[in-house]
Amino acid sequence: MTSTRARSPWITTAWHGLMLLLCVATLYPVLWMTRSSVVPEREIFSSPSIAPSQVDLSNFPAGWVANPPGFGTFMLNSFIICAGAVAGNLIACTLAAYAFSRLDFPLKKLWFALMLATVMLPAHVTLIPQYALFSAAGWVGTYLPLIVPKFLATDAFFIFLLVQFMRGIPRELDEAAELDGANRWRMFRSVMLPLTVPALATTAVFTFIWTYEDFLGPLIYLSDLNEYPVPLGLRMFMNAMGQSSYGQLFAMSLVSLLPVFIFFLLFQRKLIAGIATTGLKG
Amino acid sequence: MTSTTTAAGGARTSPRPRWTARRRKDARAGYLFLLPWFIGLGALVIGPMATSAYLSFTQYDLFNDPVWVGLDNYRTLFTDDPRYLQSLRVTFTYVLASVPLRLVVALGLAVLMNRTLRGMSFYRAVLYLPSLLGGSVAIAVLWRQLFGSNGAVNQLLAVIGIDGPNWIASPETSLATLIVLAVWQFGSPMVIFLAGLRQIPAELLEAARVDGAGSVRRFFSVTLPLLTPLVFFNLVMQTIVAFQAFTPSYIISNGTGGPVDSTLFYTLYLYIKGFSEFEMGYASAMAWVLVAIIAGFTAINFLSARRWVHYSDQS
Repeated sequence: MTSTRARSPWITTAWHGLMLLLCVATLYPVLWMTRSSVVPEREIFSSPSIAPSQVDLSNFPAGWVANPPGFGTFMLNSFIICAGAVAGNLIACTLAAYAFSRLDFPLKKLWFALMLATVMLPAHVTLIPQYALFSAAGWVGTYLPLIVPKFLATDAFFIFLLVQFMRGIPRELDEAAELDGANRWRMFRSVMLPLTVPALATTAVFTFIWTYEDFLGPLIYLSDLNEYPVPLGLRMFMNAMGQSSYGQLFAMSLVSLLPVFIFFLLFQRKLIAGIATTGLKG
Repeated sequence: MTSTTTAAGGARTSPRPRWTARRRKDARAGYLFLLPWFIGLGALVIGPMATSAYLSFTQYDLFNDPVWVGLDNYRTLFTDDPRYLQSLRVTFTYVLASVPLRLVVALGLAVLMNRTLRGMSFYRAVLYLPSLLGGSVAIAVLWRQLFGSNGAVNQLLAVIGIDGPNWIASPETSLATLIVLAVWQFGSPMVIFLAGLRQIPAELLEAARVDGAGSVRRFFSVTLPLLTPLVFFNLVMQTIVAFQAFTPSYIISNGTGGPVDSTLFYTLYLYIKGFSEFEMGYASAMAWVLVAIIAGFTAINFLSARRWVHYSDQS
């Protein structure tokens, strides 16, 4: 949209003003929560301002330990589940994507169509039999139902994302390796995998964020407080402290969003490129 | 699209045998690479789907063997369960309001951002952020307070002299707060629209400008038609996702769907039936009706697409 006419600096400034206004309006809820976590309790519900009259950080350490076993445990539990889920998706989805994008085998089109269909399948239709299955295996109350499915590539969406990416990698590179006598596994390991790193990063970050925010899975499978990840811990905190200590509730809500913020800051370009090219849900 | 006859004919005339050692190796490698996915597909998708279809015709509480009841579950859903019908009403309202609103906001902002301005990728990142945060428990917790009787929304309204209700606690407005929360997460479709807008050839818009079309006319006659494939894609995907929303309704109503079932989402009622009341046969029937509803909506979207989606390489 670059026009040949020189734009007046006033118009540019006006655009920046408009964009900043939109950003503040969009982030207003989060800014309000941030301000509410550092002001005295009575100030929270007496003005809509996002500028705190004073900054008192005591809600953070107080909220961190207020509700045993505390947010340290919830965070640690979340990270354990996320690490398992990320590893599972990276391994299983990459293997499947390589087969779909580079190998020729009977019924490939049928399997690929089936894989795409499962992307759109509502999770609820498999929820109850899966629960019965994991219950029979004695896995309820452990993290296995939240992690093992990822090692079986049930997040078909990421297979699709990786297939799209791998199709864009020139085949000449594979062929050169094949002439050097590499077998399929070596071609995958030493040619494809290093070139797929950007898409693997996107897969890892989205898997982390979605697993970290997942509420239904932990709600169904976990009941012991000591095993709670952040979403269940925060719900418990809301029920226990929600009426008495809003400052701490907001402080802990904010802390729980922090890992998502950090990953977003580090990877925002990759994430947004990933959405633009594959049309991610969310 | 190569038809099978030409493929077979080509193989017959080709000097190389159709089934070479290399192809055999490839086939074996392909199935090995797909092994984890195959196990998952069988054990965690197709097997459970078949089981769930069977369970939907039974009475099942997880601890005793399922008892065959024929079509009873489906009959009860539509004739003898007012709460179920209420959850349908709530969910349809939510989907039909939040999806179009979200797409309109996303498209509007994408058009606004489709210009060269230093720092635009920063603004884009900030506006995308709610998409990542919106589904979390933390934001749902925040929403409860934001729309509470003394929350920030009413404080803002008080500035212009309006005395707002407790939006969360009154059944007339509680669902609206969830729709606002959904619209707030406009980031993904916005980013997709923006990528699409950047693909539109500048010559087309320039030609329209030369023909005397104003900016509004250019948008509706050039930009929007070229963007309809993406509008369609977003509409299909966002509808499927919206039908499955769960966390906000659970947190805002504290797991009840209240006040007076005004936020009883389909998935929340399914959860209550399956995992609180252990009527897992009934919940399975609900899951299959949900699949049918989503499939129906997707089919309607695809059928209507012929009328309004333009693919530039077809005309």
